Amino acid sequence: MDDVFSHFDLVLKAFWLTIQLAVLSGLTAMVLGTALAAMRVGPIAVLRGVASTYVTLVRNTPLLVICIFVFFAAPNLGVLTGTPFLVKGVVAVGLYTAAFVAEALRSGVNAVDLGQAEAARAVGMTFGQNMRHVVLPQAFRASVPPLASTLIAMTKNTSVVAVFGLMEATARMRYFVNRNADDTIAIFIVFAIGYIILVELISLAAVGLERRWKAAR
Amino acid sequence: MRLTRLKVAAAAVLVASTLAACGDAGSDDDGGIDVDVRDDATSQFDEGTRMRELADAGTIKIGVKFDQPGIGFKGATDDRPAGFDPEIGKILAADLGIDADKIEWVETISANRESFLQQGEVDLVIASYSITDDRRKVVGQAGPYYVTGQQLLVKSDSTIESLADVKGTEVCSVTGSTSLDNIEAEGATPRGFDTYSECVDQVLNGTVDAMTTDGAILLGYAAEHPDDLKVVVDPFSEERYGVGYSLDHPEMCQWITDTLKAAQDDGKWGEAFEVTLGKSGVDTPEPPEMDACS
Repeated sequence: MDDVFSHFDLVLKAFWLTIQLAVLSGLTAMVLGTALAAMRVGPIAVLRGVASTYVTLVRNTPLLVICIFVFFAAPNLGVLTGTPFLVKGVVAVGLYTAAFVAEALRSGVNAVDLGQAEAARAVGMTFGQNMRHVVLPQAFRASVPPLASTLIAMTKNTSVVAVFGLMEATARMRYFVNRNADDTIAIFIVFAIGYIILVELISLAAVGLERRWKAAR
Repeated sequence: MRLTRLKVAAAAVLVASTLAACGDAGSDDDGGIDVDVRDDATSQFDEGTRMRELADAGTIKIGVKFDQPGIGFKGATDDRPAGFDPEIGKILAADLGIDADKIEWVETISANRESFLQQGEVDLVIASYSITDDRRKVVGQAGPYYVTGQQLLVKSDSTIESLADVKGTEVCSVTGSTSLDNIEAEGATPRGFDTYSECVDQVLNGTVDAMTTDGAILLGYAAEHPDDLKVVVDPFSEERYGVGYSLDHPEMCQWITDTLKAAQDDGKWGEAFEVTLGKSGVDTPEPPEMDACS
């Protein structure tokens, strides 16, 4: 245990990398997921097909397999060579989470009253304007709880990259466990607390957003 | 027509016999050493000792690595693991009167070696298990039966020649390993992977600059890719491989130490080295002096 506390900078550095992974992957997933959700509810059949193929394919593939593809298969095929490990981690976790974000948002879109979209169309809005000004803002509000769950799952999923070259919290935990065979449980607890703090922050943000948006509705 | 049929028949016989020969070669030789299995093992050990229990049971569970060529390696189609560690396991089991094919090989990874011993999942751990003070607090470690040191595996055209050159480079090894810890202390960026083979792959495709772990393992990989890879830098750590046992059975320490000492003296230890690690071209070292059991 002394080892962990005397090298606590390493613990903080590891969680900093976990936070970077979570924030960057989260942003990637939100942007791509929103686009996918819009494509899925949009009027163009080709885009609908592309989006639903992506969501079905990625959602049914384990993250580990996607990581193996990004970290091992792609470089051997000449793609993503020389890319920093953090970027590869963000690509893997972000692309994976995007499929879940898209589904969470689509459930939100379905919660928006059909009359809203029809009214928007009636006043002459294009599909893009309709999405931007009418449907998506309401969809986001309705899907805060599932989106929060998705982001929480994603934050914990970043631990998968521990075995793909990134010294994030889980990899650092293994390092301490290897060095202190007599103290494994205490080390597990320290790192578990770290993850609990991160997840609680997301939960609190979600609760805050829900309260604010409920009042505005 | 008849001639053709005869030819076909002859060819069939030839193919069948060749296949049969292949089958024979595979079944009675695992590429390891021959050990003399003791007949009177049960009577050799006192009632109540763990050795007596194992000799009575006629089987033993030994934890080894499955992913370290030369040390402990089991391919997807192999029946049993091959390497220096499994050979040591065979020598120990033979002293208990247990034949090599009665040994139950269990894959242990670095992170679960202590818990497997504590929970009785395995009787012995022989898995490139470096002896450390911290580990000796929770499990017993007899030995060392082999001493190695950390080195670097790089591409043939790499500019890394000394340990000082790793500063600022990316070096991979297995996540959570001592090797990764040591190379980080030298100023390299550590890149942890699940297995050594994934790490070698990253060196081969140029994603990372070097791989680091015990020299013996690196030589095994360098031998697989002699044109692309080379081992550099003198060993810069001392890893003393020990045999792990549960602290519930402290009597095992003296038995392991005595059995290994006997194997060192009668040449079995050297033979085991030659058919495994020795294949990568290194000379058989002097057997190490073993720690006394307290």
